[in-house]
This record gives sequence, structure tokens and C-alpha cells, in this order.
Amino acid sequence: MWDTKNVLTGSADNSCRLWDCETGKQLALVETNSAVRTCGFDFSGNIIMFSTDKQMGYQCILNYFDLRDPQQIEDNQPYLSLPCNESKITSAVWGPLGEFVIAGHENGEINQYSAKSGEILKVAKEHTKQINDIQSSVDLTMVISASKDCTAKLFDSTNLEHIKTFKTERPVNSAAISPIMDHVVMGGGQEAMEVTTTSTRIGKFEARFFHAAYEEEFGRVKGHFGPINCVAFHPDGKSYSSGGEDGYVRIHYFDPQYFDFELEA
Amino acid sequence: MSFYSKMTHLAHLDHRNNIIWTFTLILNQAVIVLLNLCCALLQISLYEPSPALRTHGTVLLALAVVGARLLCTWPNTDNMEAEMEYDDGEEEPSFSDPEDFVDDISDQELLGDVLRDKPQEADGIDSVVVVDNVPQVGPDRLEKLKNVIQKIFSKFGKITNDFYPVADGKTKGYIFLEYSAPSHAQEAVKNADGYKLDKQHTFRVNLFTDFDKYMSISDEWEAPEKQPFKDFGNLRHWMEDSDCRDQYSVIYDSGERTGIFANDVKEPIEVEERARWTETYVRWSPKGTYLATFHQRGIALWGGEKFKQIQRFSHQGVQLIDFSPCERYVVTFSPLMDTKDDPQAIIIWDVLTGQKKRGFHCESSAHWPIFKWSPDGKFFARMTQDTLSIYETPSMGLLDKKSLKINGIKDFSWSPGDNIIAFWVPEDKDIPARVTLMQLPSRNEIRVRNLFNVVDCKLHWQKNGDYLCVKVDRTPKGTQGVVTNFEIFRMREKQVPVDVVEMKEGIIAFAWEPNGSKFAVLHGESPRINVSFYHVKNNGKIDLIKMFDKQQANSIFWSPQGQFLVLAGLRSMNGALAFVDTSDCTMMNIAEHYMASDVEWDPTGRYVVTSVSWWSHKVDNAFWLWTFQGRLLQKNNKERFCQLLWRPRPPSLLTQEQIKLIKKDLKKYSKIFEQKDRLSQSKASKELVDKRRTMMEDYRKYRERAMDMYNEQRPLRLELRGGVDTDELDSNVDDWEEETIEFFINEEIIPIGDL
Repeated sequence: MWDTKNVLTGSADNSCRLWDCETGKQLALVETNSAVRTCGFDFSGNIIMFSTDKQMGYQCILNYFDLRDPQQIEDNQPYLSLPCNESKITSAVWGPLGEFVIAGHENGEINQYSAKSGEILKVAKEHTKQINDIQSSVDLTMVISASKDCTAKLFDSTNLEHIKTFKTERPVNSAAISPIMDHVVMGGGQEAMEVTTTSTRIGKFEARFFHAAYEEEFGRVKGHFGPINCVAFHPDGKSYSSGGEDGYVRIHYFDPQYFDFELEA
Repeated sequence: MSFYSKMTHLAHLDHRNNIIWTFTLILNQAVIVLLNLCCALLQISLYEPSPALRTHGTVLLALAVVGARLLCTWPNTDNMEAEMEYDDGEEEPSFSDPEDFVDDISDQELLGDVLRDKPQEADGIDSVVVVDNVPQVGPDRLEKLKNVIQKIFSKFGKITNDFYPVADGKTKGYIFLEYSAPSHAQEAVKNADGYKLDKQHTFRVNLFTDFDKYMSISDEWEAPEKQPFKDFGNLRHWMEDSDCRDQYSVIYDSGERTGIFANDVKEPIEVEERARWTETYVRWSPKGTYLATFHQRGIALWGGEKFKQIQRFSHQGVQLIDFSPCERYVVTFSPLMDTKDDPQAIIIWDVLTGQKKRGFHCESSAHWPIFKWSPDGKFFARMTQDTLSIYETPSMGLLDKKSLKINGIKDFSWSPGDNIIAFWVPEDKDIPARVTLMQLPSRNEIRVRNLFNVVDCKLHWQKNGDYLCVKVDRTPKGTQGVVTNFEIFRMREKQVPVDVVEMKEGIIAFAWEPNGSKFAVLHGESPRINVSFYHVKNNGKIDLIKMFDKQQANSIFWSPQGQFLVLAGLRSMNGALAFVDTSDCTMMNIAEHYMASDVEWDPTGRYVVTSVSWWSHKVDNAFWLWTFQGRLLQKNNKERFCQLLWRPRPPSLLTQEQIKLIKKDLKKYSKIFEQKDRLSQSKASKELVDKRRTMMEDYRKYRERAMDMYNEQRPLRLELRGGVDTDELDSNVDDWEEETIEFFINEEIIPIGDL
């Protein structure tokens, strides 16, 4: 939540919980039929959304609750509930003004679901394989999607127009947009079962930095022993952190050269 | 009969026949036993003194006779009973075809092999031959003549009839012979035609039916239709590339896509790319003129500037092909097509006309190519049990009409430079193992070398045929282990002297330097593998130039021009690469291409490609381009990349003198080339800079639009968050608390002096 009062968590224990950040007290509990894959507050902090997985016969459903109406949580009755029949939602973020949710699917599609009516406002079919992660830029105008098809793509949040593509040779697990520079960072690896077949050189898994406008890679940071599952920039843009399959979370602060770096143009 | 009832009838017959057969055997035995018993009892009944026993005997005899009688007739009744049982049984399904069934399979297709054995109506004429140029003799010598003819012609079969027409008291000079079967007649024609009886008489033998055939040829001659000339353009078009780029074929997408690329230092330039161009893999012809693709129905050859289809060879289920070195012939192998009369397992085709030249049997394709070609394409040979068969082109017949009988021949190979075959036979009781060099077509044995206590031999020719190395594994008398020797034959010196190099360790790989007189050997056992370089000197010595130890390598790849080589540890050794310059035996570079499965030099020796094929490793399929010195130039990832093959170059058209001249003036040429390179590089960077500028422009414009919209939405945002401005990190300075923290930095003690 934007004022850091509450935290919303979703888990594979088939529930979504709301907590008080300061005291750690659980404020609300929403039971679901299957694991909760992704969740989030909208811009105002009043509406929460979460999506459940397609498991054990239950469909993948995108649920919206209005926190101003406590009755909805009590009765476990979302004011809007959207089933996704073809392909389950793997990752989702809110749009800039809380009007819609941008969701990535297992088949590579990205859809905009309206928070008021539930209809699909826009569709983007750019990726060919599963979307692993979607993150927004700090001003929520752009979103970047990381996909198993070894690319990450930059979209405009409002009209889902495909702006840029960043290509690698490995499936991308997560991507983030820098708040202050025209850079994006991507982290990936490969299937956990294929890990032992690649080079046993230590620290081969890297986070890659691309220039957002030129779509060119300009840097890599080695260090992880396993595939990187999640990356994020610090809100001030001066550092970034990455979490990996190896169980480590690494926090890197950028050297001054990083901010002066310019690709010849 | 309709198809279905045909099948059941056949099956039924077989089944019943089997049972009847065994039954009959058993019953016959039983009958024999009973008959013996009858004889014994008869004796008793007739000659037994005691009357009581006689009576018993007679009774038993009667019983035995009846029993034997019954047994004899039992098979027949059994049949009928069985049949009746079958018919009377419960509702058994009817296997007959419906009333109006018409089968769509001809007798020929269904029972082809059975029909071939069907007795043909012989009208007798097919087994008659006419022999011409028979000596004309009078009646006194006729008997002798007949004997001679009999002796010669009964070799091909039984002569049932002969007719010697006579005129003016002497035989006419031609005779008629009839054999018992047409096949004998054909044999006679094949073998006796051209038989020289004596200086003046050479038999001409023909089938009688042939006369008929030739008589009925029409008098009018129709000129054969002129086939339009298929112009495929310049088949050597790729050689005219102004930048001398070599081409290579790439198969990727696990075989779905095949592409031809021109090799450029910056990145490969796509020349042609087609989906499903081949069903399994591709092969280039030895001079690079054709690309052969494999299909279920046969082979297709492509070439020219646009890779049009030049020729097609129909060979169902083809698996392997081989080209003759001159590119005139193609040999294809398919395990499917072989039949007894018409050998089709291996077929030799003429490339230019597409005609099938000859077919051969083949049991297995274990050592492809089965047919090995002489370097000029004039001969090809194959080895079968104890025999070496050499054929000549273009007739495709056996050289000198017979194969060479070489007992125990194990392996052979042609010299790549001359028409010489090297082969070896293992030990045979007292005779030691031998390596023989035979010149063709004269069949002179120019060198024979005896070897003792041999376990195995391998023949390695140097690329120009200057040297032959025979790797001999021996077990010396009195020891258990296997020792390896290299017997080096110097082909260019008189009498072909042989030098021996002894190797103490097991050999992993051996390779001659192309165009040179060095060879490299990988020996030892993992993990302690060593590489040794030897130089075969003119003065009769073979020197060890250098040895490197503790190498991670299992294969040697020489550059096609010599001097440089790559030691690679493929597959299980995880792709370790070492680039060596053998002029002074230095390691130029050591690198790694993880899990590399193949190494290919380009035909000029400038570039090396290492690749990870999808067929051996499912991840990271790519091919990397290196310079001959080991500098990595490109990494090309291709989705499910399978195979890369360089297109071979035809031999240079320049003479040796011209090449020497160019080498002398190399400085002049290299200046021009360097300038060209610099120009293209700066052009590339200029292109890149321009591209980036446009991309940045577009991006900026987009961001401006987005920011405009963002600013417009500001009031909405404030409203959503209850008037709190969260647009910037420092938007709400009032909210911030300031805290002053003191850090200890330094301690300085300043003596104030005496107060």
C-alpha cells in the first residue's frame, strides 16, 4: 500500500492475507480454492486484486475486493470476479490510475482487465512463451514483461503498445525498469532441471543490463550460483537487488561510472 | 478368387498341411511297429509248437493287422472329421468377402515373388542358341567338331539337341544348340560369345529369339526427341564473390530449416534458406558444386546461384550417399530396395544425365563408404570376404573381368594422390601379416611389408598421397600388452622405404598435416593425455619436434592448408580447445566452447567453427566462429542448431608459379585489403551510430507523450491518495524527519606545548 500502512500477501496455502505493517497483526483473511499467484493494491490503496492458479479442478480467477466495504472480505464475496479460461495468469500489476489490471498469461498473452466492468480492454500477443514476470516503471506509464521465450518486452501501460524488445539466449525470469536512467535490468537462467548441464563455472548466472532505447546490452553482473528469479531497482535508482534459486539475495550499489555511461550515438 | 478368401485359403492350407504332415509321420511309425508285430505273431502262429500259444498268436495277429489297416486309413478320416467338426461347430464368423467385393490389389503386387517362380510356358525357342563362325568341316572331321562343341557348350547346361546344317558336303559354318532351360541359353550367350576357338574362328553366340527381334525392327528410323538444354546458370557462382566469402550450410530447428550462409567476419549473410529442404541431413559434393538433400524417395542435387534443383535420383529409403572425387558419379545406399534378381541396395548414378549406371547388393552399411574411389574417379573398389573387387568407369564392369582373390583381406584404401591401393592381411599360421601397396590398373605390387605379432592395423594416408602411415597394434612375443608402431611409407621415394616410429602409450588420435610432412598424435590415457608432433624429414629420419602434456583433447583438426591445427576435447571433455602453430609448435590460444560437439575448418584455412549440435546436447545450441589463431569472432545462436558444413572449394586454377608470384607480392595486396577492411568497419560503426540516433529519437518522443499524459493525470492521482502528493520521492519533505548522527572519523592529538 502506498503509505506503507498495510501489506497484502498471497500464498499457496490458498489464502490472501492483509497485515498491518507496523505491528504485524493480520487484518483480514480471504480464503481461496487454489493457490494465490499474484496480488496487489491499486494506486489509491482502496482496491485489492489477486489471481488464483488453475489447480485441482479450479479455474484461474482474478478477484477484486474493495477495502472500503468490509462486508466483501467478511463474506468472501469479491465485487468483481473474472475467470480466465484459456491460460492462467502468471503475473499481474495495476494500471496507472487503478482503472485496470495488466496481467500476463501462461501462453504469452498480456491482457488489460477493467477493474470496474471486468471486460478485457486491450490485448497484446507479443510473447511466444509463458510470461514469468511483469513490473511497472516507477511512474506506472510503462510495464516490462519477462518471458520464457528468452526476451523481455517493454509496453505502454495505457494502450499496451509494444515499444521495445530485449533479446537474450536464456529464458528471462524477471525484469525491472530503472527509475532514473533509460536502463532495464533482466535476470534469468534456465529450467532448474537443466542447471547441472551447463558450465560448472561458479557464478555463471548474470543479471543483464540493457539500454532501453537502443535495445543493446551494455553490462552484466555475475555472482549468482543459480538462476535469478527476481530483480528490482531501488526507488532512488542508485542500486538494485536480485534474488536467485541459490537462496541468496544480492544488493548492488552502482559505481559513479554507471550514471555517466553513454553508448556512442 | 477374391482377395480375402485367397488369404484364408492359403493360410488354411498351410495350417492343415503342417498338422497332417506331422500326424502322418507319427502314424507311419506306428504302422511300421505294428507290421513288425504282425510278422512276429505270424511266425508264432505258424511255427509255434504249442497249440494254445498258436491260437493266441493268430488272434493277436488278426488284431494287429486290423490295427495297422486302421492306422493307414486314419489320416484321411481324421481330415474329414476335422473338417466336418469345423463346419458343424458353433456360429463361427464367416470370413468370405461381401458379394460385390472387388479387390484393389493385383496379383502381381500381392504374390510377386511367388508368381516369379510360376512355371512359364516354354515353347522351346527360348533355349536355342545360334553359334556362328564354326569351322566348316567335311563329314570326316564332323565327329571331332561335335565333341569340341559339346565340351565347350555343355559347361552352361545340358544340351538336349544340336543341329549342324550341311551344304555341299561341309557344315555351313553355323550350328543350332538347344538347352534344357532358357537360362542356360542366356548363360551360353553371355560367356561363349567371343570365344576364340583358334586364330581364324571366334564364336559369335546369339539367342535364336534375338534374330526375331532384330528382324522386326521397323525400317523407318525415328530420330530421338531432342531434350531441351536445362541451363542452371553458373554452377561455380559462389566462387565469384568479390570478398571471397566461403559458404556453409546450417541445419537448425531440429532439421526443419536449412540455410546457406556466406561467411563474413561481422555476421553471417544469409544466401538461401528453406523449410524442410532435407528430411535428415545434407552433404556437399567434393568440389562444392552440388548440395545433396535426403528424402524418403531419394536424393536431390541443388546448385547454381539460386540453388535450383539440378538432378533427382529415385532410391526409396536412401540413407547414405557418397560422391566420386570428380563429381561425375553418386553412390547411394538404401537398405530397403534389395531383391535377389535386381540388386538395388547400392546404386551408382551418373550425375549429369541422372541415369542409373549399376546396382549392387550390400548386406550392411557398417563401413560406409563401401565403394572407395580412386582419386581420378577412374576406378572404384570394394572389399568382400577374401576378395577385392575393382571396377572401372565408365563401363562399371570389373577391371580385367575378375576380382582379386586376397585371402583374409581386412581393410584397404586408395592413395589420395595416385591410383595405388594399400591393403593388409592378418597372420595366417606361418605367414606373417602383410601390408601391400598395389598399383592399378597394372596390378603390380610395388611394396610389401611383413609385420609380426599383429593385432590390428589402420591405414592413414597423407592428403596428397606422399606418405602412408600404418598404425600397427602388436603384442610382442612374451608380453601381454599391446604396443603401437607407426610404419611410415615414403611414397615419393624410390622403392618406397619404410620407417618405424614406436609409441609407448595407447593412441587416441592420429592426423597427417595436409600438404605437408608432419603428423600429430594424441596418446596416453585420460586424464594424462599428451600430444606429440613429428616431422618426416627427407634424410630418412622422423623427428619428434615437440610434445605437450596434460592436454584436454580427444581429436585433432588440421587446417586444410597445413601448419595450423586445433586440438579439441569434444563431447565428454566439455569443449576444451587449443590452437597450435606447428611451424614452431607454439600454443597460440587456449579457449573453450562448452559442450562443443564438432569442429570444422573452412576450406581456405582462415576460420574455424566450433558448434554445439542439438543432436548431442539439447541446450545452448550455437556455432562460434574463430580465426585460425584462436580469436573468437562471432557467437551465433540458432534455435535447435544441428549441423554446419563448409562448402568445399574446387582446386585452384592457378599454377604453382602463379601462386609463388602472388606470395611474393603479398605486401602489395595486403595494403589494399587492409584499407578495404578499415572502410567497411567505419561504415559499420557509422551505420550503428545512425541506427542508435533514430532509436533514441523515437524513444524520446514516446516518453514525452507519456509524460504529458502523466502530468495531465496528476489531479486524479492526488484525488486517489487523498491529496497526498507521492509523485516524487522528495515530494513531501514535511513528512521527513531529520536526524543528525555523529560518526567518529579521526583522532588527532596536538600537544599544546609547555604552558
